[in-house]
Amino acid sequence: MKKLSARRRHPLAAVVVLLIALAATGGIYTLVAPPDKAKADETAQTLTIEEGQKLYAVGCASCHGTGGKGTTDGPSLVGVGAAAVDFQVGTGRMPAQQPGAQVPKKKNIYSQAEIDQLAAYIASLGAGPTVPTENQYSPEGADIAEGGELFRTNCAQCHNFTGKGGALTNGKYAPTLEDVDPKHLYEAMETGPQNMPSFPDTTLTEQNKKDIIAYLDEVNSDKSESPGGLELGGLGPVSEGLFGWVFGLGGLIAVAVWVAARTAKARKS
Amino acid sequence: MSTSHDDDRRKAPAGERVADWADGRLGIYGLAKANMRKIFPDHWSFMLGEICLYSFIIIILTGVYLTLFFHPSMNEIEYHGSYVPMQGQLMSEAYASTLDISFDVRGGLLIRQIHHWAAIIFLAGMFVHMMRVFFTGAFRKPREINWLFGFLLFVLGMFTGFTGYSLPDDLLSGTGVRFTQGAILATPIVGTYISMFLFGGEFPGGDFVARFYSIHILLLPGIMLGLVVGHLILVFYHKHTQFAGAGRSNKNVVGMPLLPVYMAKAGGFFFLVFGFIAMLSAVASINPIWVLGPYRADQVSTGAQPDWYMGFAEGLIRAMPGWEINFAGHTLVLGVFIPLVIFGLFLGVIALYPFIESWITGDKREHHILDRPRNAPTRTAFGVAWITAYMIMLIGGGNDIIATSFHMSINAVTWFVRIGFFAGPVIAFIVTKRICLGLQRRDKDKVLHGRESGIIKRLPHGEFVEVHEPLSQEQLHVLTAHEQYEPAEIGPTVDENGVERKVKAPQKLKSRLSKAYYGEDGQIPKPTAEEYQEITSGHGHH
Amino acid sequence: MSSQETPQENLPAERADDEHGAVAVPGEKDPFADPGLPPHEHRIQDIDERAAKRSERTVALLFTLSMLSTVAFIAAFVAIPVDKSIYVFPLGRISALNFALGMTLGVALFAIGAGAVHWARTLMSDVELADERHAIEATPEVKAKVMEDFRQGAKESALGRRKLIRNTMFGALALFPLSGVVLLRDLGPLPEDKLRHTLWRKGKLLVNMNTDEPLRPSDVAVGSLTFAKPEGLEEHDHDFQNEIAKSALMIVRIQPDDIKDKQELEWSHQGIVAYSKICTHVGCPISLYEQQTHHVLCPCHQSTFDLSDGARVIFGPAGHALPQLRIGVNDEGYLEALGDFEEPVGPAFWERG
Repeated sequence: MKKLSARRRHPLAAVVVLLIALAATGGIYTLVAPPDKAKADETAQTLTIEEGQKLYAVGCASCHGTGGKGTTDGPSLVGVGAAAVDFQVGTGRMPAQQPGAQVPKKKNIYSQAEIDQLAAYIASLGAGPTVPTENQYSPEGADIAEGGELFRTNCAQCHNFTGKGGALTNGKYAPTLEDVDPKHLYEAMETGPQNMPSFPDTTLTEQNKKDIIAYLDEVNSDKSESPGGLELGGLGPVSEGLFGWVFGLGGLIAVAVWVAARTAKARKS
Repeated sequence: MSTSHDDDRRKAPAGERVADWADGRLGIYGLAKANMRKIFPDHWSFMLGEICLYSFIIIILTGVYLTLFFHPSMNEIEYHGSYVPMQGQLMSEAYASTLDISFDVRGGLLIRQIHHWAAIIFLAGMFVHMMRVFFTGAFRKPREINWLFGFLLFVLGMFTGFTGYSLPDDLLSGTGVRFTQGAILATPIVGTYISMFLFGGEFPGGDFVARFYSIHILLLPGIMLGLVVGHLILVFYHKHTQFAGAGRSNKNVVGMPLLPVYMAKAGGFFFLVFGFIAMLSAVASINPIWVLGPYRADQVSTGAQPDWYMGFAEGLIRAMPGWEINFAGHTLVLGVFIPLVIFGLFLGVIALYPFIESWITGDKREHHILDRPRNAPTRTAFGVAWITAYMIMLIGGGNDIIATSFHMSINAVTWFVRIGFFAGPVIAFIVTKRICLGLQRRDKDKVLHGRESGIIKRLPHGEFVEVHEPLSQEQLHVLTAHEQYEPAEIGPTVDENGVERKVKAPQKLKSRLSKAYYGEDGQIPKPTAEEYQEITSGHGHH
Repeated sequence: MSSQETPQENLPAERADDEHGAVAVPGEKDPFADPGLPPHEHRIQDIDERAAKRSERTVALLFTLSMLSTVAFIAAFVAIPVDKSIYVFPLGRISALNFALGMTLGVALFAIGAGAVHWARTLMSDVELADERHAIEATPEVKAKVMEDFRQGAKESALGRRKLIRNTMFGALALFPLSGVVLLRDLGPLPEDKLRHTLWRKGKLLVNMNTDEPLRPSDVAVGSLTFAKPEGLEEHDHDFQNEIAKSALMIVRIQPDDIKDKQELEWSHQGIVAYSKICTHVGCPISLYEQQTHHVLCPCHQSTFDLSDGARVIFGPAGHALPQLRIGVNDEGYLEALGDFEEPVGPAFWERG
């Protein structure tokens, strides 16, 4: 909220407000407008899948092959489900820019509508995890402490105590979870992107996932507190030791130089 | 009482009367006569030891405060304190009371942070102080024992720090204790027994916090306090070393008197150090145990490291290949045991260095004038090589953090450390020695030809020369004050009668080392008075 | 000089050493001679009373600042609630009390130090003085006296003559510390075979660590990671920590075709494999599972195991593979253990064999 209020005098603020208002009007309209029967839905769904297929042909087919069958450059997408698409494209990981140990997160180039179309297309290839609803991933009504324990059992080994990230083998890494959209957190647990194992509902229930998301929201977001002061990256003793040497001992040596230095002599004249 | 005193006494001011009383029982005047105006030289690097002393005092003061609130117990309880993300969690009383110190005791968090930051700085200060003593040759006779005292303080400090780090029973420190237990198990023959006795059974058991507690607050600090007192008494007794300079010789010490200047400076410096660490603890968080969670033997977090002073040992463990030998129903866990042995040897070699060097030089005299590091090239190169190996292992101890921070492969970092541990010190030794010799050449040049003034002068016949200014008497003295040893020769192995003389291996080794230290490649002969006079008499007419 | 029994100090090396100290020939003509202590130069405070006054005021100001800061410390202690947090740039959201107490305490102390040092540097005499050093070694006369006293004392004790007393005394002194050693015996039990057994045995169900429910094969998907404990072990049990330290399991499912190790496949259930979660290096809970490569990495020392190949070590300091637990499915369709681990879990030890 702080960020928002700080930016409300921004020259573009009016434009943003206008856009939100328009979007809201559209949203309300779709909600209020009488549903055009199931048939219309079905047509819309088919249309969406077709749109998705077009997007897929342009952005994804070169690696994942036509029909999502997979090639040597990319795995098959049959059965990965909409959640995987929403995560991979939504966090900008897909389409990948270049091969490497791991595909990094980057700026997402698709609109949410386009992502939904892509997801619908991939989901049509084979059943898989669906995109979670806000109700599933919102931290409301979750047990933070329970989430902490679950996080330490299932996640901290790769992502660090509070989700600051960590190293894996041969240049791979578990990314930081700071400011990751709760929906993407949920999808990642559900689908296990890249080398991350999945945590399906059978081993980590919906409520478990919600608790974990709530815990991260508490300890690793804008509103998280660091009572002791500078967090020093939250990386533990390595950064603390470095800080202690450079600023702690370094500062004290600077003081020592002052204490031991000769006082300036009066000019001879 | 006063009636029994004579008139003189009654007129004395109150302070003097108190002092008289104490002198009659403690003999303080005799003590003060020798020490009240004792001279201490001023140099910033002589204050590194003070940083250590003061942070040690700060650690004791804050540590006593922490014991008032800390419960060294591993009884499992359910947490219902004020830190929300731990509500209802099972944890040991040790962890719960550390949460209470951090969140419910006013100022508790500050004292905890001062305690921990001071410990980090204490160890870092000891390391730098030790290196200052090493590179200036201050460990030479008569200070070898004090060097050992200091070394023991450093090692005990490491273990005191480690036991303290383990007390809150959080997930990070518990992982460290688990490592310790695994390392103990790797000890041949007695490992399992030591582990069972230390932990009161299987790991983690319910005893180690209480046992580490008495080690951390009583046993180790008690020994350290004794060593600190001994260290300081010896500093007083030997009088401080000093750098060469005008009026500073091996027979005197030049500086400011204890009362008042040094007392004000040293006393003031205590407050400066304490104030500085307090401010550091106000702005920078250290070991936020509340986000680490209570220890559970089946949980872990990435980035599991010990505090920096154990990082070197951690690096050795991480870089070591997994060698294991099975024979006759026994397992020799070389992958863990070798690093433990290297850890001891690596520290031991720096502890014994003063004795090694005095064996090579055979020098039995007292040394109170400090060496400039360049004037002891082989020693300096050895020291830099030692630090290089230490630093490479420190990198090894943080290989995962380095890998993620600089987007490298953790395997590549580990391989760098494996190779660097052997290659790094060799390269550092060669480079350092060359730099030292280069600096010695420059000093010699300066003595003989003066300082480059940067002023270009054109001579009548058109030649351009740079004016060299002669050095002051003090500078000449300082640049030539160092001693240069001759390499030890074994002498002819065949005597005048043609009988071959056997030379023992230690003698040969000593001779070879002596040559490496003080032979042609070991040092640049310093300018002699004759050289100087010859050149200066010619130079005047340049 | 010819035999190897030559005392060290007679060797040429030592003779050369004796001349080590020879610096450039001392004498009046020595161009490098020590010029002696330079004359004292005055500081501005020594000659200008106004400057000295300024210094005095600075010192007093610093001491006053310290007093004010201590008052502020007490005020902060009383006024600021312990759980109040504030945003301070660039530190972030921090505890208001910690920040206030630390800064006021820090300033109060630092100002005392700065005042004292400024006082010493600008107002106390800065004339350098010299103390003579004296040799630490005793003079030969003192040494002779000490040696004589010692000999006399030793003689009077008759320790050298009365061997029986000497030997029995040494014996007594050498033996009595044994009582202290024996007293340490009850620090812990003997190892026996404690490190060889875990709670796992035939028929024990694999219980999901997250949900406390027994696992079915269908719960474990390919590419997923599940942690399990033996049935009946609860977090509230007093020996929970000791037991979980040995019996924690890591369960993954690998396409049976991808499993390279024959025994691993045999001990699995339809590609579901259960490995000890405790690293064989020094016992960290290892669980950084990469589902595409089937590598599992230890976060403590980076030992890497290949779960598709009998969990053999492929990198790092661990000396042997992770122990695998043999599993199957019971009549009700739940995953169960088919026995205990066949080898000790966790770090290797001398008796492991």
